[in-house]
Amino acid sequence: MSVSRRAAWAGLRSRAATKERAVTREARASERAGTERAGGSVTAAPETAPDAGPVQKPPLIKPAVRKRLVPYWLLLPGILWLLIFFAAPLIYQASTSVQTGSLEEGFKVTWHFQTYWDALSEYYPQFLRSVLYAATATVLCLLLGYPLAYLIAFRAGRWRNLVMILVIAPFFTSFLIRTLAWKTILSDSGPVVGVLNSLHILDVTSYLGITEGQRVLATPLAVVCGLTYNFLPFMILPLYTSLERIDPRLHEAAGDLYARPFTTFRKVTFPLSMPGVVAGTLLTFIPSAGDYINAELLGSTDQKMIGNVIQSQFLRVLDYPTAAAMSFILMAAILTMVTVYIRKSGTEDLV
Amino acid sequence: MTALTRWIRRNLVIIAGIGTLAYLILPNVVVLVFSFNKPNGRFNYEWQRFSTDAWTDPCGVADLCGSLSLSLKIAVWATIGSTVLGTMIAFALARYRFRARPAVNSLIFLPMAMPEVVMAASLATLFLNMGVDFGFWTILIAHIMFCLSFVVTAVKARVMSMDPRLEQAAQDLYASPAQTFLRVTLPIAAPGIAAGALLSFALSFDDFIITNFNAGSTVTFPMFVWGSAQRGTPVQINVIGTAMFAVAVLCVLVGQLAGARRKRS
Amino acid sequence: MTQPTSGGDVRLDRISKTYGSFNAVHPLDLHIPAGSFFALLGASGCGKTTTLRMIAGLEDPTTGTVRLAGEDITDLPPHKRPVNTVFQSYALFPHLDIFENVAFGLRRRGIKSVKKQVEEMLELVQLGDFARRKPQQLSGGQQQRVAVARALINHPQVLLLDEPLGALDLKLRRQMQLELKRIQTEVGITFIHVTHDQEEAMTMADTVAVMNSGRVEQRGAPAELYENPGTTFVANFLGTSNLIEAEITDKSGGDLVLTAAGGKLSLPADRCSAPVRTGGKVLVGVRPEKITLAHAEDAGSVPEGRNRITGRIADSSFIGVSTQYLITTPGSPDITVYEQNIERDARLVPGAEVVLHWNPAHTFGLDAAQDIDAGTELDEEAP
Repeated sequence: MSVSRRAAWAGLRSRAATKERAVTREARASERAGTERAGGSVTAAPETAPDAGPVQKPPLIKPAVRKRLVPYWLLLPGILWLLIFFAAPLIYQASTSVQTGSLEEGFKVTWHFQTYWDALSEYYPQFLRSVLYAATATVLCLLLGYPLAYLIAFRAGRWRNLVMILVIAPFFTSFLIRTLAWKTILSDSGPVVGVLNSLHILDVTSYLGITEGQRVLATPLAVVCGLTYNFLPFMILPLYTSLERIDPRLHEAAGDLYARPFTTFRKVTFPLSMPGVVAGTLLTFIPSAGDYINAELLGSTDQKMIGNVIQSQFLRVLDYPTAAAMSFILMAAILTMVTVYIRKSGTEDLV
Repeated sequence: MTALTRWIRRNLVIIAGIGTLAYLILPNVVVLVFSFNKPNGRFNYEWQRFSTDAWTDPCGVADLCGSLSLSLKIAVWATIGSTVLGTMIAFALARYRFRARPAVNSLIFLPMAMPEVVMAASLATLFLNMGVDFGFWTILIAHIMFCLSFVVTAVKARVMSMDPRLEQAAQDLYASPAQTFLRVTLPIAAPGIAAGALLSFALSFDDFIITNFNAGSTVTFPMFVWGSAQRGTPVQINVIGTAMFAVAVLCVLVGQLAGARRKRS
Repeated sequence: MTQPTSGGDVRLDRISKTYGSFNAVHPLDLHIPAGSFFALLGASGCGKTTTLRMIAGLEDPTTGTVRLAGEDITDLPPHKRPVNTVFQSYALFPHLDIFENVAFGLRRRGIKSVKKQVEEMLELVQLGDFARRKPQQLSGGQQQRVAVARALINHPQVLLLDEPLGALDLKLRRQMQLELKRIQTEVGITFIHVTHDQEEAMTMADTVAVMNSGRVEQRGAPAELYENPGTTFVANFLGTSNLIEAEITDKSGGDLVLTAAGGKLSLPADRCSAPVRTGGKVLVGVRPEKITLAHAEDAGSVPEGRNRITGRIADSSFIGVSTQYLITTPGSPDITVYEQNIERDARLVPGAEVVLHWNPAHTFGLDAAQDIDAGTELDEEAP
């Protein structure tokens, strides 16, 4: 998952939402007028006719029909592109997942649902690991990202733009290069491992099973650290946009009404930033659950995630039905989780 | 309570925020520092000694600059394609009410909410079964596909935040529908279109997962980096990473300064 | 497109607009004479802006026709109508500088050498030095003048103004009202001005049409509307009115004799818009500033022939030029009275018994079947 992709969405989405709310009553009225004209002009024309005189009748109807088709002509090429290269492949993949055969003889649809069962029973550790790593990374992103988003929104003052640039700037360097840099940072002879070791933290973490021996690289800690790093801006940007919208006077009002700073945060700031929290957790969780780059570069075979399995089944083993079945399961699982989560958190205006 | 603990308590947010910022920037610093490294061996993971060899010969590694120029070429075409198609969709969504709107909105949203590996694998399955040769064209098709949604979102936000009275004012001032579009709508929507285009460029240039599935034996820059993580990482990768970073930050700073000056005058 | 030096008249015939099942404008006939300054006044959502937009061509009327200088322009698109609009919040093109904003209409009509005209126009609105600024670098008042210049430079037959002063603060608004009035007198173009501010409408326009829920309630010169409103809505929306329910007891000569609040009141018959029938109900209205207050002890000094009511001062508030009293009277709602602060009677304090009296010629009569509070709350809803 390329990092700037999600971050961009986060920023865009919030701007669109603000706008939607800002549409004035008057604008809505004229939009309604537009609907009437675009949608109902054929019926409207005869109404006008008796007053306007019979002469105008034919030219009134024709442009109206043409006008009604305009949005469809505008949509046509782009939507076709998405239907052919996004929607159709998903359906095609669903059919591939129930095919059997071999590379040499070709694959046929045999409604072989056994593939799903085999895939699940063979690779359930990777599935569980993906969910666990992604969830951990999401929580860490929230814990790390919230203070920074809060800092930019309320405390940065004239440094705000600079800090904003510093948050986005790292993503101008290819994310693979930056992920490789973590190999250097966490290397066995590097200062991070040295410090952790001398403080005996590594003894604790390896007892907990998140590191191994005197190493950080090739352990769950390294993979989660990489995931957290890669997706942190997706948390920070939506958090920032929803925090920035909060009127700072609300803090003063809460203080005036006897709330201590922490109570103000708990009762005012945090609830108001919920849309950002929801968007941020989704934007972090979805790509990290499907990621295979961090596990590949920073982990070992014991840290393989579901993305790694799909990738190797597809590109190395060439077992397309299994790869298709697993990406279908991943898609279904994520869509279900996202739907439930959005319902529960009551934020429907995400799109 | 001593003065120090009180100070820490009051500035806890700032301290934590700066910590996160350091975490975000640390890898870039490492990339910069290690672009001056002279490693003993194939991997550039441990510091040996200072050298500017890589900076003086950035294309000194086989295939590196070739993959870079291929990535640039794909990014340019993907940007053009997705910006044109996406802008059209955005205008349709922002300006017209029609029955298929909710369906179109979901079709735009889904690619952004889908794990990349799923999109990558399914598109590659389609290409495989249609017997398409993997390469430049399959990569370009895939890139336009996933950039499209982002362009739509960017342009739509801009068009929707545009005061409908501006277009009415143009019509009121004797501009025909075509003139209104060219003289008013398009110039005002331009920042949104530019944002969408920039985004597409960045997304396409930096994409790895989807490209990895749909490239066949073609090697883009991210794929070169990926491959080198297995075979050996040349210092030149860090040089290019640092240069990209510097160019981008410079562009942002220049843009900010220009914006600030325009505001002041 | 012609460039007439004077305005044309606008005639709306049975024009209406419906959005789905919502009637924004009921079939409406309106004639706006050439060269007049005409105000459409009403609260937000009353249909005044829709009416204006139908004249501009930005809204297609559901029924009816729009005629400009005798010509039917109902089916002309906006860019072919010799009509220009000053939009609410101005709608200045943010990507063009002031010069190009003003030149926009000329350029669209294919006029090549616009420099001289635009410069003259900018001088007229005192913005000559700002030609190369962007709209967002100007103050609200300056933007407003650009919007006027951008429309006027095209010499339209009719200039439409949609709440043009709504975004300005009070002082600037007063100044711009006079400015617009001056420009209108100078150029002689027909101005149609939409506003929710009754003071603004009365200050500027020769003729005001008061609109309420898609209908014109009353039209006429500002003083006429104010002194002799025809409906409770107009009475309450234009300034403040005291409305008292009364019964017609007699008709003598040109005057009606009414009983209200336990006393007798007189009302000139030609100032009564309600159907006159002995024993029938009617709403008697009088403006607060027409009423004189006398302390109950001085009741004898009130001249004969004046309408009088007794009551008690419930509240008084000092507002500078005048003092505002609220009087409770037996058998009628509270009455508001404005007294000029010339010679203040120290006895007029809350609790004092008073006699209210006024010239019967200042009384007006309205149909009692109407909502007595129509138009009182609407002002607060205005944007």
